Amino acid sequence: MDELLSEFLTETNEGLGFLDVELVKLEQNPNDPEILSNIFRLVHTIKGTCGFLGLPRLESVAHAGENVLGRVRDGELVVTPGIVTTVLDCLDRIREILGVLEATEAEPEGDDSELIGRLDAICEQVDSGELAPADEPAEVEVEIEEPVAETVEDDKVVALETPVHETAAAEPAKPTKAAKVEPPVAEPAHADVAEHAAPEHAAKESAVANQSIRVNVELLENLMTMVSELVLTRNQLLQILRQQKETDFAAPLQRLNHVVSELQEGVMKTRMQPIGNAWAKLPRIVRDLSLELGKKVELVMNGADTELDRQVLELIKDPLTHMVRNSADHGLEDPAERRRSGKSDTGTITLNAYHEGGHIIIEIADDGRGLNIDKIKAKALSNGVTNEAEMAGMSDQQIMQFIFKAGFSTAEKVTSVSGRGVGMDVVRTNIERIGGTIELNSITGRGSKFTIKIPLTLAIVSALIVECAEERFAIPQLSVIELVRASSKSEHRIERIKDTPVLRLRNRLLPLVNLRELLGLDNGFEVSANDRRDGFIVVAQVGTYNFGIIVDRVFDTEEIVVKPVAPILRDIALFSGNTILGDGSVVMILDPNGIAAATGEITVSDDRQVQKGARSRKEGEQVSLLVFRSGDTAPKAVPLALVARLEEVDLASVESSNGQQVVQYRGQLMPLVSMEEGRRLAAEGRQPVLVFADRDRHVGLAVDEIVDIVQDRLKIELTAERTGFIGSAVIAGKATDIVDTGFFLTKAYSDWFGAEGERMGDGNGKRILLVDDSPFFRNLMAPLLQAAGYEVTTVSDGSEALALCEAGEEFDAIVSDIEMPGIDGFELARQLRDNRWSSVPLVALTSHASPSHMARGREAGFTDYVAKFDRNALLTSLHDTLSDVRGAA
Amino acid sequence: MSQDRRQPNTDHAHEDGAEYVTFRIAKQLFGIHVLKVQDVLNHCKTTRIPLAPPEIAGSLNLRGRIVTAIDVRLRLGLPMRNADETPMSIVVENEGELYSLMVDSVGEVLPLTNGSWERNPPTLDPRLREYSEGIYRLDGELLVVLDVNRLLDYGGLKAA
Repeated sequence: MDELLSEFLTETNEGLGFLDVELVKLEQNPNDPEILSNIFRLVHTIKGTCGFLGLPRLESVAHAGENVLGRVRDGELVVTPGIVTTVLDCLDRIREILGVLEATEAEPEGDDSELIGRLDAICEQVDSGELAPADEPAEVEVEIEEPVAETVEDDKVVALETPVHETAAAEPAKPTKAAKVEPPVAEPAHADVAEHAAPEHAAKESAVANQSIRVNVELLENLMTMVSELVLTRNQLLQILRQQKETDFAAPLQRLNHVVSELQEGVMKTRMQPIGNAWAKLPRIVRDLSLELGKKVELVMNGADTELDRQVLELIKDPLTHMVRNSADHGLEDPAERRRSGKSDTGTITLNAYHEGGHIIIEIADDGRGLNIDKIKAKALSNGVTNEAEMAGMSDQQIMQFIFKAGFSTAEKVTSVSGRGVGMDVVRTNIERIGGTIELNSITGRGSKFTIKIPLTLAIVSALIVECAEERFAIPQLSVIELVRASSKSEHRIERIKDTPVLRLRNRLLPLVNLRELLGLDNGFEVSANDRRDGFIVVAQVGTYNFGIIVDRVFDTEEIVVKPVAPILRDIALFSGNTILGDGSVVMILDPNGIAAATGEITVSDDRQVQKGARSRKEGEQVSLLVFRSGDTAPKAVPLALVARLEEVDLASVESSNGQQVVQYRGQLMPLVSMEEGRRLAAEGRQPVLVFADRDRHVGLAVDEIVDIVQDRLKIELTAERTGFIGSAVIAGKATDIVDTGFFLTKAYSDWFGAEGERMGDGNGKRILLVDDSPFFRNLMAPLLQAAGYEVTTVSDGSEALALCEAGEEFDAIVSDIEMPGIDGFELARQLRDNRWSSVPLVALTSHASPSHMARGREAGFTDYVAKFDRNALLTSLHDTLSDVRGAA
Repeated sequence: MSQDRRQPNTDHAHEDGAEYVTFRIAKQLFGIHVLKVQDVLNHCKTTRIPLAPPEIAGSLNLRGRIVTAIDVRLRLGLPMRNADETPMSIVVENEGELYSLMVDSVGEVLPLTNGSWERNPPTLDPRLREYSEGIYRLDGELLVVLDVNRLLDYGGLKAA
């Protein structure tokens, strides 16, 4: 049997059983909206699925039933035993048809018009009761005549509520006797089908049941506990075996060993499934939908092998299907409309699944028309969910969230696909039930994206097991980029700037975190400074922030099941959970996000924390700064990210060339420049040098002493009047001069930036608008861009940028910071999209370039996203976007 | 799960003839209602949990479940036991989580009668009073009934 069909049968049978119970409950508590929406959803699901599977008979029956329930839900009908009976009849019919369907894989022939008539009549009673004037009873009579026969006696409430209707209802009630003659004709047929179906139905049920059974997760959980215990015992046995060389137990124990391993694997597998399983039926659904709706739809699925706990998978399956359906139905436009808005005929729905920071992220994105904010507003007002005053204070983002409310649908027509306002609320309920969240991003005309975030609590992840101070820890493999072995003899050695350890790694200084210190594991394990230079460095990535974690040893990677820590330990941010390793020992799972946060690096902000971000933004961004002394006593600083390496140059090796002091460095001549004009370096000794690198060129800035690396916000308090300085800022509590690196670079190579520009060859006087609230970055970026051949205009915030736009200025590209007071980058992008500059490429500069942040930026309308300080990336990005525009034009 | 099977009724302090698992900490006799106790362990290897409060001795694997070990001595504000004394542990379940309470030694299970029960004397050390459900008068010594829920109260622990 078709897998889709058999699944449908299993699910629907289950649903029907549930419905019977719920309907009876509803009869007892007719005013319970929760029961009612449960029922409505179930019937809606059945109807929807029938439509996809091409089961017109079932669909029409379910549709009629749903119509009745819809009226009840909307308060137009009051639940009466009569209505419930009719709906139950409807369910029985569905069950009969299913029985035959299961046996023959085809819908049986049959006439449901009588049943549908009865269901429709209930609806029409409402319609006519409200609308039918007294002088039109004849018409009503005709409509109701046959079907009402059975229901009308019970349906007193309807009759009472609509006195006008009473006569109409009463009249058909009189011929009841006559009508009652009719049902016997219908009923035998009904019974026939039932009889016919009954034996097969039973047979079929067991057949389907044989292929898949539903097992209580608790049972699996217990099973897993037992297996874990078995594994422990096995390990002990093996330990004993190792000590006794010759024993008869060796062979059976080896066998036991294998069986237990397989058993463990098997039990684990019962709980884990790739998310692809939940997606398997989507392509067919999308295909059928595209035919039905006359749209061209392409479904792209990424990350189908991301593993999910079975239970979680089950719970998100339906929401996912629903959302894909919604995207195809509401989100994507028909080809004609797409062509009008300049898109290709084929709409794309993209599904993405991946692990991120202890969560599984599932994204459902479409490139359709996006949400219609005005419609949502209108609907929210008419539904009474909110009022005008509240609405006025809401952002578009907040307004969009209304679609997650029950009974909220903006589709104009109720189609068989969607549009009954059942859906997004169910989706949200299901996701929240498993502790997940759902977020929505939508841009009018560009599409919508739902992001579902599900906690990893039950999921298996691959983790790197490391040791530090004789304790083992697990680090999720996903955040590990590479491992570096550091020793005082090798190329990679841990160096210290004051007390801050750093590592030179491929022309970059990598900040290091000593796990031993971070976790306070030093007690009793005081190791000499020399020993500490040896060890392993786990290079981890959080967003775009890379850092190294110093550990003593690195073991293997192991698949682990993440378990939450005890409540007492939940406020330790460095751990994301704990787990039991294969050998039975418990280890803590380190959370790289937590480590990054604990070591001063700002946490990667989350979309939901925009408000929070706005607050912290005012306090300024944290930047890693290298503090040094040179010349006078005032400390000086440069952003660490600009420094390629720290070197000590033997002054004896300094040579003079072309009036400039140079040193041979990596097979090339590296000019040395000093902070003070014309100062010659001493003839011997060692000279600390900050090396700035660009491609294959280096320049060394000779300094007196490297003081420290500090994390601090960079707020230029005084603008410098001296050349070579950008200004002064308070860093680590001291007034510090911020060095203009660009100045010293050009001092060494007068063509430093110029050559760059020629090489890039794309400046050509193109006009760039640079928007950044920080004078430091403006001062840093503007000369850089100018040097690359661009004509640069700088403004300090979004409103100034918009003012320029209004003033009729023209630019070829806009480079904007994200975090600015007033109009921030996202807002600026949104506003620009709606005005004259909508086609101007927009490049975002940000210090937290996390994937989610980038996605948000792209959706807001940014063409590209570049990490702050990454000069090359910015130039490349500009080069690419500008040539794209040229290419497109 | 086992929690349902073993979840005791709330107030067994006054349940006549209730059985208590007895244990000693710094020579003082304590008792925990027998139905609250999941297991009694000899000293076993625990994994240290860095940055945790000092009374958290670590975590261990008990038949596939992760158990948080708490040194009751430190929790009660008593000095650490000598290095040569190996503690024993009583495993209890609280709000779905397992905890292993490290004590000096575990004694026998005693049935205790209501007649010998007394409220905490008001002069009891405040730290002990906080975690004591009451006192039983035994022959020759007194038994303090340990209130496990309060002992493991997250908020309280944080404050402590």
